[in-house]
Amino acid sequence: MAKKIQLENFEQTFDRKLTAAEAYAARPRKWMLYTLIVLIIAVLVGWSSSDVHFTGLTVTGTEVAKGVLHGVFHPDTGLLFGTGDTDVPYLLMQTVAIAVLGTLCGAILAIPFAFLASTNIMPKPVAYVFRLLILMIRTIPSLVWALMWIRVTGPGAACGVITQSVCSIGMISKMYITAIEDLDTHILESLDAMGCNAFEKIRYGVIPQLTASFISTTIYRFDINLKDATTLGIVGAGGIGASLVQCLNSRRWAMVGAFVWGLMVLALIIEFVSTRIRRKLAHGA
Amino acid sequence: MDNENTAVLYKETLYDKIFRPQIITLENGHTVRRRRSRTPFVLLALILAIVWALKMTGFDIRIIVSRFPKLLDLMEKLFHPDWSFFPKVISPLLDTIKMSILGTVIGCALALPVAILASSNINPSIVIVSIFRFVLALIRTLPTLVIALVCALIFSLGTFSGTVAIAIFTFGVVSKMLYESVETIDMGPFEAMEALGANKFQAFWSACVPQILPVYLSHSLYCFEMNVRASAILGYVGAGGLGITINERIGWRDYEGLGMVLLSLFVVVAFIEFFSAYLRKKLS
Repeated sequence: MAKKIQLENFEQTFDRKLTAAEAYAARPRKWMLYTLIVLIIAVLVGWSSSDVHFTGLTVTGTEVAKGVLHGVFHPDTGLLFGTGDTDVPYLLMQTVAIAVLGTLCGAILAIPFAFLASTNIMPKPVAYVFRLLILMIRTIPSLVWALMWIRVTGPGAACGVITQSVCSIGMISKMYITAIEDLDTHILESLDAMGCNAFEKIRYGVIPQLTASFISTTIYRFDINLKDATTLGIVGAGGIGASLVQCLNSRRWAMVGAFVWGLMVLALIIEFVSTRIRRKLAHGA
Repeated sequence: MDNENTAVLYKETLYDKIFRPQIITLENGHTVRRRRSRTPFVLLALILAIVWALKMTGFDIRIIVSRFPKLLDLMEKLFHPDWSFFPKVISPLLDTIKMSILGTVIGCALALPVAILASSNINPSIVIVSIFRFVLALIRTLPTLVIALVCALIFSLGTFSGTVAIAIFTFGVVSKMLYESVETIDMGPFEAMEALGANKFQAFWSACVPQILPVYLSHSLYCFEMNVRASAILGYVGAGGLGITINERIGWRDYEGLGMVLLSLFVVVAFIEFFSAYLRKKLS
């Protein structure tokens, strides 16, 4: 900044532009900043590597690595294309169902939170209290939420649904808040001038401005929830995770391979579809 | 618009052919078409999806209502953290932070060259670009916890497996964010440098790298934020850090202790998030 002012002064006093050579000589020098960044990173790495020890592979380590690779290339096709309750397609569908319900509940629950935490609607102290609450919801890892909810609902897919509804509130309302705070209030003023009542103002002035970004956020969160739903199974909250971990621990590599393939295909499809829908929403279909 | 009676301002899709648009005649004699709303169709699909999902998951609101006091009880304990447990939280908390720092640095270091190779404006070969992107997409589909579990089986339990899992996850995410940003950089300076006689590497170094670097640092910081939160649970599958403590506390139903663990995690995450948001604002 100081350098810029200096240059401007120079141009004013001498009443000419800088020549190329002079401009080059006065170029911003950032090597100090870069060295500082590199130094900080080096110190952090040095500090953190003190406690992360490579203790070598476990006795069965190479066997596990080989097994996983073998499983991925030779998946159990019976499991992969079966139609039973324990086969990959059913478990994947259950995972999707958990993510669908969890995201929808979360998206609806997030709406009041988001409005209450927006500084342009609520008074600032109230908004900050709700922001803190949202941050708290976000900080507690989804797995911990699941472990707590299991005590309430018992294991099963229903637990996954509640967990995801609660977890999603955090991120969804954070993104809703941005949308609400970007609201164009001029539209409301012109609706006021036309003599609209409060309901009409919300219907024609607020909702059309918010729907696109709300839906886009929800779809994005669905994408995340789906990946999350696969891990929730590890603690017994339904979905594909439980079976995957069981197979890993009992070293049935062909089954592991089948589950991994199922997961990958599902995640790729959902990501592709959600990106397309969100692009459409962003550009106005 | 001038001589046409009905202006078509949109592309007709199959939906518009089945449900013909409504034609409205204005006061001045012109007619405009109003597309039939897609909302009923979307709503129907949504309701079907919800019904199907309810059936799949066996979700029942009555259970939650009837068991709600239990949750309140649990929450009450969580909000009265056991302060005497704090000394036992410090060491795993530091482990978690160390794991995420090291994992993020390794992952980001690996991500930079791969992201550049996966950007279609820098790498002219479409085949290599698509191969890299496909591999990155595959890596991103794997849940972190599953990677951590496999790592824990291979490298024995402890922080090292967590670090490897975080590095792999970071590599996938940062590479993707980075190649998307690299594709939006201004290639004008690169061409100008080449026209001045610089070779490809010189041109890349002084025209592209200064544009990429701030974005790269910003993405890395963002990923670090995510990693601190994610690494807290990796211990659940034996990959070191806070997760082991969390799992232990829940196993013993010591919710006051769990409250302490979560509170310290909350403070650390809030601090890191605040700091990184500040740095990222400076970078952009």
